[in-house]
Amino acid sequence: MRITQGCFSFLPDLTDVQIAAQVQYCISQGWALGVEFTDDPHPRNTYWEMWGLPMFDLADAAGVVQEVNACRKAHGEKYIRINAFDNTHGWETVRMSFIVNRPATEAQLRLTRREGPGRNQIYAMDVRAS
Amino acid sequence: MTDALIPDPNQTIDLGAEFEAAGLQPTLDELDATLVGLKPVKARIRQIAALLLVERVRERLGLSAGAPTLHMSFTGNPGTGKTTVALRMAEILHKLGYIRRNHLVSVTRDDLVGQYIGHTAPKTKEVLKRAMGGVLFIDEAYYLYRPENERDYGQEAIEILLQVMENQRDDLVVILAGYADRMETFFRSNPGFRSRVAHHIDFPDYEDGELLEISEKMLEAQNYRFTPAGRAAFADYITARKGQPHFSNARSIRNALDRARLRQANRHFENGAPVTLGALMEIDEADIRASRVFLEKLT
Repeated sequence: MRITQGCFSFLPDLTDVQIAAQVQYCISQGWALGVEFTDDPHPRNTYWEMWGLPMFDLADAAGVVQEVNACRKAHGEKYIRINAFDNTHGWETVRMSFIVNRPATEAQLRLTRREGPGRNQIYAMDVRAS
Repeated sequence: MTDALIPDPNQTIDLGAEFEAAGLQPTLDELDATLVGLKPVKARIRQIAALLLVERVRERLGLSAGAPTLHMSFTGNPGTGKTTVALRMAEILHKLGYIRRNHLVSVTRDDLVGQYIGHTAPKTKEVLKRAMGGVLFIDEAYYLYRPENERDYGQEAIEILLQVMENQRDDLVVILAGYADRMETFFRSNPGFRSRVAHHIDFPDYEDGELLEISEKMLEAQNYRFTPAGRAAFADYITARKGQPHFSNARSIRNALDRARLRQANRHFENGAPVTLGALMEIDEADIRASRVFLEKLT
């Protein structure tokens, strides 16, 4: 199942040129860029592993693309995303986040039901790495 | 492959129009107007600009010969304008489309070399990432290599630099700068660098007349001017200062002018009388003749 998280996730995977263009947009907005990876793409898993420190003072996308490629080399079979953090007052949050790498066979998400107190149905999402 | 893609060898291209379109003339004119002297440097910059322009036209016609190596080395005595020219270089390369951003990151050994094992590589890579798409200017590059200490981490920074200079030529232009003799030693002990740097530009020392012209430009930028006597005194000052140790061309001139401004301010202040606007702008003979340079000459 195709994991859809963040921007552009319903589009075909971005090419490297498209990634560089999106990153350049983020840089032009003054956002700090971070590369993160994980093997657990559960939608509630917000804590992905950081690939190096976020990059704050870049002028060109080439530096980020270089980091993405290094991360792909080391963790090619995991999910990799780019986060763009806006530190301006009032925002102070991730403004843009998109997946730049997926494993060849994607993880499976499965909805499970459980009986709660008073015949209440509890739903949970399980990730099964393929 | 269609016929349209095969260029016609008799086709003519107006290089002048290309030059015009690149918007380069104002930059080169400004270079001529604001930088005094430095004839060989300017000539070389024009050559490089011409090469890049022709290269660009060739590429458009399908005659690409691969991205030219643009890494440069600026050698010359202190205060000969290496940093200033490097800044202009970033602008020229940007206008010609060889770097994507008009920005220059200026670093020295401290920014590249770490303090302990494993500290250097991330530090150097950080700087390289920051400079991507523009120009990386390494001032006093010879400090990177310290032959007297074989465990120096500079070597590690050099290796990373060389790798990026080779593999990411279209992302980054590296300019190394330093004093001629020490750069020579540096290149001799790092042959990899010499072969990767395509343009070696030597910055000559300034003539007396050029230094005087520079000083007037500096004063003008700060809304000051010489009185005729002041100008003559400063010409004498330059001649005297050149003969003394630690002379560093335009930088010495700037320092001398700063001290002259100090004395001028002091002179008006001690005087007590009201001053005119004109007097506040003028550097007079007395402000210059009081210099240590003249005192030492007398004794």
